[in-house]
Amino acid sequence: MRIYHKALVSLLLIFLALPVSAVADDLIMRRIGMTFPETMSALQSSIVEEGYKVSRVQRVDIGLTSSGYNTAEYRIVFFMREDVLHDIVKKHPELIPFLPLKITIFAERSETLLVTLNPMKLAEFFPDLEMQKTFAQWNEEVNRIVDRVQAE
Amino acid sequence: MFRFFIAIFIFIVIALPSQAHAKHDGEHIYLQNCVSCHGYDGNGGMGIPLSLPDFLATASNDYLVKTIRVGRPGRVMPAFKNLSDNEVDMLISYIRSWSDTIPPKYSKKPVDGDAVHGKQVYLDHCAECHGASGNGGKGTGVTMSRPRSQPILAPALNNRGFLISASDEMIKNTLIKGRKGTPMKSYLKEGLSEQDINDVVAYVRSFESRAAAIEETSEDEPAVIIKESPYSVEETVTNLTNAVGSMNFRLIRVQNLDSGLTEESKEDKKQVIVYSCNFNILNEALKLDPRVGLFLPCRITVSQQGDKVLVMYANPKRMNEIYNNSELDSMCTEMKTVYEDMIDEALL
Repeated sequence: MRIYHKALVSLLLIFLALPVSAVADDLIMRRIGMTFPETMSALQSSIVEEGYKVSRVQRVDIGLTSSGYNTAEYRIVFFMREDVLHDIVKKHPELIPFLPLKITIFAERSETLLVTLNPMKLAEFFPDLEMQKTFAQWNEEVNRIVDRVQAE
Repeated sequence: MFRFFIAIFIFIVIALPSQAHAKHDGEHIYLQNCVSCHGYDGNGGMGIPLSLPDFLATASNDYLVKTIRVGRPGRVMPAFKNLSDNEVDMLISYIRSWSDTIPPKYSKKPVDGDAVHGKQVYLDHCAECHGASGNGGKGTGVTMSRPRSQPILAPALNNRGFLISASDEMIKNTLIKGRKGTPMKSYLKEGLSEQDINDVVAYVRSFESRAAAIEETSEDEPAVIIKESPYSVEETVTNLTNAVGSMNFRLIRVQNLDSGLTEESKEDKKQVIVYSCNFNILNEALKLDPRVGLFLPCRITVSQQGDKVLVMYANPKRMNEIYNNSELDSMCTEMKTVYEDMIDEALL
């Protein structure tokens, strides 16, 4: 009987763990119903809340306007966990061009758009790497980061 | 005890789908998958304004289902293969809730028209917006790409996704009625006869034979290009910064990979990024697709791995596939050449 119980509980756990709806887009995009500064602030807080460190904010709009081009606010937020980065540098240097992770943030009138590469795309780019679990984890974390911002 | 577990299991199996249903209703699916491009109220942005009453009055549910499933290859709209049939139905119900219009139903029967005559009518009346070959308007339509006074970009009629989704009768109906709120006029009111319109439909349908050939695959391209430098990390970085200038790019900065993550004195100086930018190319790229910032600024990484110094970059020709935007093709090819030339010069 105990075996039945264990089997049943295992089945139950597997069932509960199944995602209701898997999303497999190449890009993760969110429209945020807040202004650019509000979204930028919420994004950085969300990144930190997820256990990451923001390493830099690239101000693309400043570069464009100083070169004479008109643009709405347009920035790129880089973030990573230091220990993970150092580990990847040693074990999988081919991934370095994709790191740190980043989210593009730009204004569309009074709203703001967030765009980032779906980390699962890296699994497609590098199918042989022993990194599939990490890519899946990044995918979950990045989705949580942008979902939190969207929910604000 | 065993029956108790069975009862719990059955309860959860029955209860969970209804919870999932509530959570993943049409609005939730829309917010997750569509709102970024089509806007909160379906007013459009990067994508078309779905809430336009005339769009919903001429687009059948079959057209919407196929559009969601197949997307528009090379025209930004992705194929949402991840959604279940039920989710697609809920999504369409949500989109339909923006208007009282009754969804039209179209016959799948081909319209009987003369494609040769239709070509002439098309060139006279449609090509100005849709392009002589049916390529459609340029750009993705977000703020930076076009004036907001323009509600919609002319669709690419030669696109495989469009041709799969739109029946002859739907195209004919759109030509007859037009779409208020867009530049698409009623061509019956503009003086075309029903036969002229049938002929145009036949001509548009003839794009089908060429549609598949337009799509290109980038899957043969490696995601990362890696070359070995004969120089030290420091020398390679110096050579790269010189090469950047000679390619009319501006050096943005040179930084260690872990800069901003690690205490400055502890940064790994053998992993270095050289960032550069040509703002003219950047401005043109953003006009085509504002999402390209994902691979900005231009970046070449120099990495010491054992006794080797590697120079690497993400291959723009492969990265292009994530945008599903064929207008970026030539720019990505150009950028790959720029990267190659910069690195070749640095490693001479």
